[in-house]
Amino acid sequence: MSSVFFMLTMGLYFVSTVCYLAYLLRRAETLSKVSLGITAAGFATHTVALLARMADTSQAQLPTFHEALSFFSWMLILVFLAVEFRRQLHVLGSFIVPLALISLVTAAAFRSDEASTLQPVFKTLWVHVTLSMLGTVGFAVAFVAGVMYLIQDGLLKSKRFNVLYAKLPALDYLDHLNQQSIVMGFPLLTLGIISGAFSAEIVRGTYVNWNPEQTWAMVTWGFYFAVLVGRLTIGWRAKRAAYLTIIGFAGVILTLIGVVLKSHGSVS
Amino acid sequence: MHVIVVGLSHKTAPVEIREKLAVPESRLREALTRLCTYPGVREGLLLSTCNRVEVYAVVEDLESGYGRVQEFLADTHLSLSSEHLTPHLYWHAGDRAIGHLFRVASSLDSMIVGESQILGQIKDAFEVALTHKASGLLLNKIVKKAISVAKRVRTETKIAETAVSVSYAAVELAKKIFSNLTEKTVLLIGAGEMAKLAARHLIANGVRQVRITTRNFQHGLEVAQKFNGTAVPFEDYKTELAGADIVLVSTGASHYLVTADDVQRAMRQRMSRPMFLIDISVPRNIDPAVRPIDDAFLFDIDDLHMRVEQNREDRLREAAKAEQMVVEEVAVLGQWLQSLEVTPTIVALRSRAEDIKRREVEKVLARLTHLTSEDRAAVEALASAIVNKMVHGTMVTLKTEATSSSGAAYVDAARRFFNLEEAQPAYPSGQAEGQEIPERNGPGHEATGFSEPSLVQHTTKEPGRRGR
Repeated sequence: MSSVFFMLTMGLYFVSTVCYLAYLLRRAETLSKVSLGITAAGFATHTVALLARMADTSQAQLPTFHEALSFFSWMLILVFLAVEFRRQLHVLGSFIVPLALISLVTAAAFRSDEASTLQPVFKTLWVHVTLSMLGTVGFAVAFVAGVMYLIQDGLLKSKRFNVLYAKLPALDYLDHLNQQSIVMGFPLLTLGIISGAFSAEIVRGTYVNWNPEQTWAMVTWGFYFAVLVGRLTIGWRAKRAAYLTIIGFAGVILTLIGVVLKSHGSVS
Repeated sequence: MHVIVVGLSHKTAPVEIREKLAVPESRLREALTRLCTYPGVREGLLLSTCNRVEVYAVVEDLESGYGRVQEFLADTHLSLSSEHLTPHLYWHAGDRAIGHLFRVASSLDSMIVGESQILGQIKDAFEVALTHKASGLLLNKIVKKAISVAKRVRTETKIAETAVSVSYAAVELAKKIFSNLTEKTVLLIGAGEMAKLAARHLIANGVRQVRITTRNFQHGLEVAQKFNGTAVPFEDYKTELAGADIVLVSTGASHYLVTADDVQRAMRQRMSRPMFLIDISVPRNIDPAVRPIDDAFLFDIDDLHMRVEQNREDRLREAAKAEQMVVEEVAVLGQWLQSLEVTPTIVALRSRAEDIKRREVEKVLARLTHLTSEDRAAVEALASAIVNKMVHGTMVTLKTEATSSSGAAYVDAARRFFNLEEAQPAYPSGQAEGQEIPERNGPGHEATGFSEPSLVQHTTKEPGRRGR
C-alpha cells in the first residue's frame, strides 16, 4: 500500500511543481491556490505512505536512504505549509515544492523492499537519521531563502520590476527566514552528528573513522557554525549570508552522497 | 422616462472651461434646486470635481432633456453660452449613462486610473442630492449601485494596488527591502517638496524615526517639527548615514553630496544591514557609483518615474477587467429598470392573480366532488371576481400614474406588494412597446386592455455632438 501512495504523492508533487513554476511567471493569483491545493493533497498521501511504511518495517531494521529522503521531503512540505499558512508566502512554494519533488524522486531511485535486520541496539541509528534530516530541512529552507534573496537582490539592483519582483517578499524577510532556518537547523544537525557518532561507536567500536559521510558532515557542521557565528558577531547577513547558505547546502548534498556511497558498501 | 448624463471632463475640456463650470460646495444646493425646476427634469444629481462636471438626470423626453441640462450647465457661469460648451460636452442616455457613472465611480475615467478620491466625491454629491430631494427612486438606485460597483472593482481587481506617484513609488520600493517599516529610520538630506511628500508617505506606512538635515538649520527645525522628527546639523550628514535605513536626498546642490566612499563606510558600520537610498534631486546628489555596493540600493528620479510608468500600465491592464465588471453590472441594473416598466408589471400582476385563483379553485373543487357543473362554474366565477376586483384598483392606479413623476415608484411598490420580483416580464420588452396585451377574459372579468408605453426607456442611441 505504501508504494501506491508513494507513487501518488510523486505524481501530485510533480503536478504541483509544474503549477508553482507556472505561477512564477504568470499574473494569475488563482494558480497559487490550485498549486497549494495539490500540494496539500500530496502531503496527505505522503503522510499515509510514510505511516504505511512505518507499519511495514520493524524498528529492528536499519533506516534506509529511501526512508530518510522521503522523510526529508515530507518535512520540507510541512515547513512550507506552515510558513504559507502564517505568511501567505505563495512564491515559497515555487522553490520548496520542486526541491521536495527532487528529493522524493531520488528517494524513489533508492527504494528497495529488502531491509537488513539488525540488533535492537541500533535504535540509536533511527534517532541519528531523524535528527540529521530535520537539520537538513533547516538548511534546505535557508538555501531556498538564500536563492530567493539573491534573485530579489539582483532584480532590485538591475531595476527589473517584473512579475517575479512583485511576488518575492522583502529582502529583510528573506534574510530573517534564512537566519531562522539555520538557527533551527544547526542544533538539530549537531545532535544528529552526536547520535551518529554514538551509533558508530556501537557498530564499529569507534566514534569517528573519517569516511566520506563523516568527513563531509564535520565540514558542513563547521561551515554552518562559522556562518552562524559570523552572522551573530560580525554581520555576515544579507547577500553574504545568502551566498554562504547556498554553498553550505552543497556541503549537505555531498554528505548525503557520502551516505549513499557508504550504504552501497564501497566505503566502510 | 430617461436616465441621462450631460457633462464634460478632463478628457473633453481644458481647465479654463472646467473651472468656470465647477460648482462650489456652497452653491450646490442652489444649483440642484434650479436644475429640478426645469420642466421635464424629474431627478437630478450634480457631480462637480476639478476634473469633471457632470449632471445626471431623469428626464421625460430625451431630446428636450439634453437641451435643458445643457442650458442649466451654461447658466452656471455668466461668460458661458450653450454654443461654447457644445464641443466639450458628452451626452449619454440609458445603459450608456449608467455605464458612464459606473466607470466614473470605479475611477476608470479618472486622470489617474484607480485613484480613490472620485468615489468619495460621488458619495458627497449623492448626499447633497438626497438631502435636497433632487434624486428619486431611479437615481438613488443607480448611484447606490455605482458605489457598490466601485467597491467591487477595488476589491476584485488590482487597479488601486500599485503606486502611481513618484513619492509613493519610493514607499513601494522600500517595502521590497524592509518588510516592516516601523523600526526603520529615515534620513532626509534637504527637504524638497517631493522628499517631504515621500517622507509623509513613509510615516503613514509606519516609519517613526525621522531625521532631517538642511543647509539652513532653522528650516530643518521647522520641517522636523512637522514630522515629529529630529533636526541634525548639515555638517553631520555623512556620519548620520550609518544610522539611516532609508536616505532621501533632495537638495539643490550641483555636486554629489553622498559619494561611494561615504556609503561604503556606512555599510561597514551597519554590518551589511540593507540601506535604501533615494535621490530625488536633479542634478543628482548621490554618486551613481554607489549602485554596485552590496546591500545598498540606490534609486534616482528616473528609476522612480519608470516604476510609476510600469504601474500605470499595470493599472490599465486591471482596468480592462474592471470594464468587464461594469458591463455585467449595467446589465443587472438594466433588468431592474426594465421591471419598472408598466406594461410587463401589469401582465405579471394579472398572471400572478390568475395563478393564485387557479390554485385555490383547484384545491377547493378537488374536495367538493359532489358539486354539479353549474356549481363548479359558480365557484370559479366567484374566485375570479374576487381576485380581479382586488387587483383592479392597483392596475388602474399604475395606468394613470405611469406618466406622472412618481410612476416608477408606484411600479416598484406594486412589484413589492404583489411579490412580482421573481416573475419575469411576461414577454420581451422590445415586443411590449405599443402592442396589445393578449387578454384572457374569465367570467365576470372586466376587459381592461391595458397597453401602456413603457415607463423607462432604454436608449442606447447616442445623439452625438449637437450644435444648437
